[in-house]
Amino acid sequence: MLQHASSLRRSSGRTGGHRFLPALRPHPVATLLALCVALFSLLPLGFIVLVTFDVGWETVRELVFRPRVGELLINTVYLEVVTIPISIVVAVGLAWLTERTDLPFRRFFSGLAVAPLAIPAFVHSYAWITFLPGMRGLWSAVFVAVLAYYPFLYLPVAASLRRLDPALEDAGASLGLSPLRVFLRVVLPQLRLAICGGSLLIALHLLSEYGLFVMIRFDTFATAIVDQFQSSYNSPASNMLGGVLVLCCLLLLLLEIILRGNERYARVGTGTARPSVVHALGALTLPCLLLPILVAGLAIGVPLYTLGRWMWLGGLAIWQADMLGNALLQTLVLSLVGGVLATALAAPMAWLSVRAPGRVQRVLEACHYYVGSLPGVVVALALVTVTVRYFMPLYQTFATLLAAYVLLFLPRAMVGLRASIAQAPVELERAATALGRPPRRAVFEITFRLAAPGAAASVALAALGIANELTATLMLSPLGVDTLATRFWSLTSEIDYVSAAPYAVMMVVLSMPMTLYLHLQSKRVAGQ
Amino acid sequence: MKSVSRLSTLFAIALAGTGFAGIVHAADGEGIVVYNAQHESLGREWIEAFTKATGIKVTMRQGGDMQFANQLIQEGAASPADVFLTENSPAMTLVDGAGLFAPVDAATLAQVPEQFRPANGNWTGIAGRSTVFAYDKTKLTEDKLPKSMLDLADPAWKGRWGASPAGADFQAIVGALLATKGEQATAQWLKAMKENSVAYKGNSVAIKAVNAHEVEGAVIYHYYWFGDQAKTGENSKNVGLHYFRNQDPGAFLSVSGGGVLKSSKHQKEAQEFLKFVTGQGGQDILKNGTSFEYAINGDANAKLVPIKDLQAPKVDASKLDSKKVVELMTAAGIL
Repeated sequence: MLQHASSLRRSSGRTGGHRFLPALRPHPVATLLALCVALFSLLPLGFIVLVTFDVGWETVRELVFRPRVGELLINTVYLEVVTIPISIVVAVGLAWLTERTDLPFRRFFSGLAVAPLAIPAFVHSYAWITFLPGMRGLWSAVFVAVLAYYPFLYLPVAASLRRLDPALEDAGASLGLSPLRVFLRVVLPQLRLAICGGSLLIALHLLSEYGLFVMIRFDTFATAIVDQFQSSYNSPASNMLGGVLVLCCLLLLLLEIILRGNERYARVGTGTARPSVVHALGALTLPCLLLPILVAGLAIGVPLYTLGRWMWLGGLAIWQADMLGNALLQTLVLSLVGGVLATALAAPMAWLSVRAPGRVQRVLEACHYYVGSLPGVVVALALVTVTVRYFMPLYQTFATLLAAYVLLFLPRAMVGLRASIAQAPVELERAATALGRPPRRAVFEITFRLAAPGAAASVALAALGIANELTATLMLSPLGVDTLATRFWSLTSEIDYVSAAPYAVMMVVLSMPMTLYLHLQSKRVAGQ
Repeated sequence: MKSVSRLSTLFAIALAGTGFAGIVHAADGEGIVVYNAQHESLGREWIEAFTKATGIKVTMRQGGDMQFANQLIQEGAASPADVFLTENSPAMTLVDGAGLFAPVDAATLAQVPEQFRPANGNWTGIAGRSTVFAYDKTKLTEDKLPKSMLDLADPAWKGRWGASPAGADFQAIVGALLATKGEQATAQWLKAMKENSVAYKGNSVAIKAVNAHEVEGAVIYHYYWFGDQAKTGENSKNVGLHYFRNQDPGAFLSVSGGGVLKSSKHQKEAQEFLKFVTGQGGQDILKNGTSFEYAINGDANAKLVPIKDLQAPKVDASKLDSKKVVELMTAAGIL
């Protein structure tokens, strides 16, 4: 969704006047900085390549071409192939109902449809596994994954639905298509970009998620890597599993590019599009109400109910102020510092991609984006190995943990920054230089100041991602560091569900602002 | 508006700065660092009692046996750890094999019976745990229980038993199997296990599954049952414990170990900690606390089956080959 939102905005962002005016200068400093960040983001990939050479082809073959890897691949393929179509159906159904029909309380349901994002995926499965203790295996994994991730599809699909030009649908209807056909042949194809973007995001999350699947007892590469890590630290076996996982991620990125296609979706013609038609549901209103109610009940009702129940059972005793306060403070500080750092490091690239887009910049930008698609477990493995072997002073330090956060959330930081830099007119920068400010100061004092709201959004997005990060934090945390997520995790591993509840509640509370922000953002994209 | 936003930015930066400095400082404080692969709650109890008795501050890092063992080897001389505590002995052997342990003080060794420590005195046992077959009392009666852990390889047991194979506990049990029955028998048993068993993440999850009638039994350690019974019994009310006895590999008594790292810059304090854990103070926590692990110095908790009645196989705790175990389990497709 984030990548998608940025690509939506990309088209509007590039229409600035700079295309007609020659660029002021080749921006060597910004390019150099962006190059450094891009090289840094290639580290996990380089690590996999290095390790592969390091252990030799024989060992690689032994560790990669074995039945266990095949099993994990099959599990992964099943998981992706089943979860994504179901998520698409749920998300498109909900989006259609809340955006294009006269469903009662549709504003309310539209907010509710995004709300599950405020609950981290592993809290979703914690809620379900304590609600129905027998849950396990593929179908349970799919069930919880759909509930946890469908909003990633709902957001872009709902935003696209709002912007569709009804004239096309009218044309279809006047040529004799039934309403259902209009939906299938006119509306759905126009949602392609949104569906592809959202599906990619879900697919990547399915690859990198650890906590959700451990609780539901479904083995994926991420869980198997952590198993290996726990039995043998960063052994060749875990590194090779990491290599296969990275290949899967790259394959998904490629697949999305192919499926996305090159069709044109923009509207031509004078004036603006009419507001879209609101379909009357009539007698279908009640059955149609069932879908949003059911989804909300499963994706929000059950987690809130189980969290409430554990809190009730635990009473005041589970609110151990010192442990909880400590975890909260460390989480807040790490997220804030990580968010600021990620945004600062994303700035040169964000600025370049708006002010001086070119072929080299495009490549550098791709580096910034790809790294965010890597699972936390791979990034952590890479950093553990690199620091323990070559940079021992950095090993198990905040610097390394923050480096992992930066890598994982660089794309999130790019999104907000890019958009708001694009909105800062280059003419102001030029005027400032003409009035005597050195170019670098002009950029800082004009553009970055104007881009501050976007930067704040970037910091918030990255920070909230960090606050709920589990695997990399588990593997890299310096001595004495416990975040809400890691405390929650160690308590649930001891089956102490009661004591874990306050940590889950705090994570949900922390995630609410981001969810709200995403919801409002998707409305803004649609100009509402 | 502008000044407000600038003020709040400054405030946020200041807050982050002080907070960051605070946690960096907290992590970097005085005292010793313990890599604790024992149960987090037991580790905390030991540490709190030790700090209370001596005033020495302890920072604990929580993790798994083999994870820490391999981590210590990679960290080498630069390791921040002063003391390493495990749940099982193979991890100790691995670290000892890399020459990373300092010899344990003679006074500490004198507290520990010979059978619970290696001959070279580079680490020492700190607690014991017995392998059991935790079974569903509503489904299995005594006569239907397996006579030996090896029986679980029988096709008749397909889908009926569970374990937590990624954990060091189970890997130590496999280590004992390897030590008593040899490589070929172990590889075969593991192959059958891949077919027959259900893999859980953690022994508590496994016993919970037995209790919920998901599987009929699980190969785990004894104290999960006692611990749950002492709390609510909610996760073990349908569960009974079957001890294999007869020197069966499934009667294996695993030794938890403790050692001081050679690279430690706080040798004295670290040795003192180990002495405390193996001495009266530490062992009383085992005897009277809720961990229900066997004390190795003095009497075990009265609720447990006495060590001499376990009829455990004679296995040299320092000879368990964890590397081979992980290899065999990886080859069997379990890991």
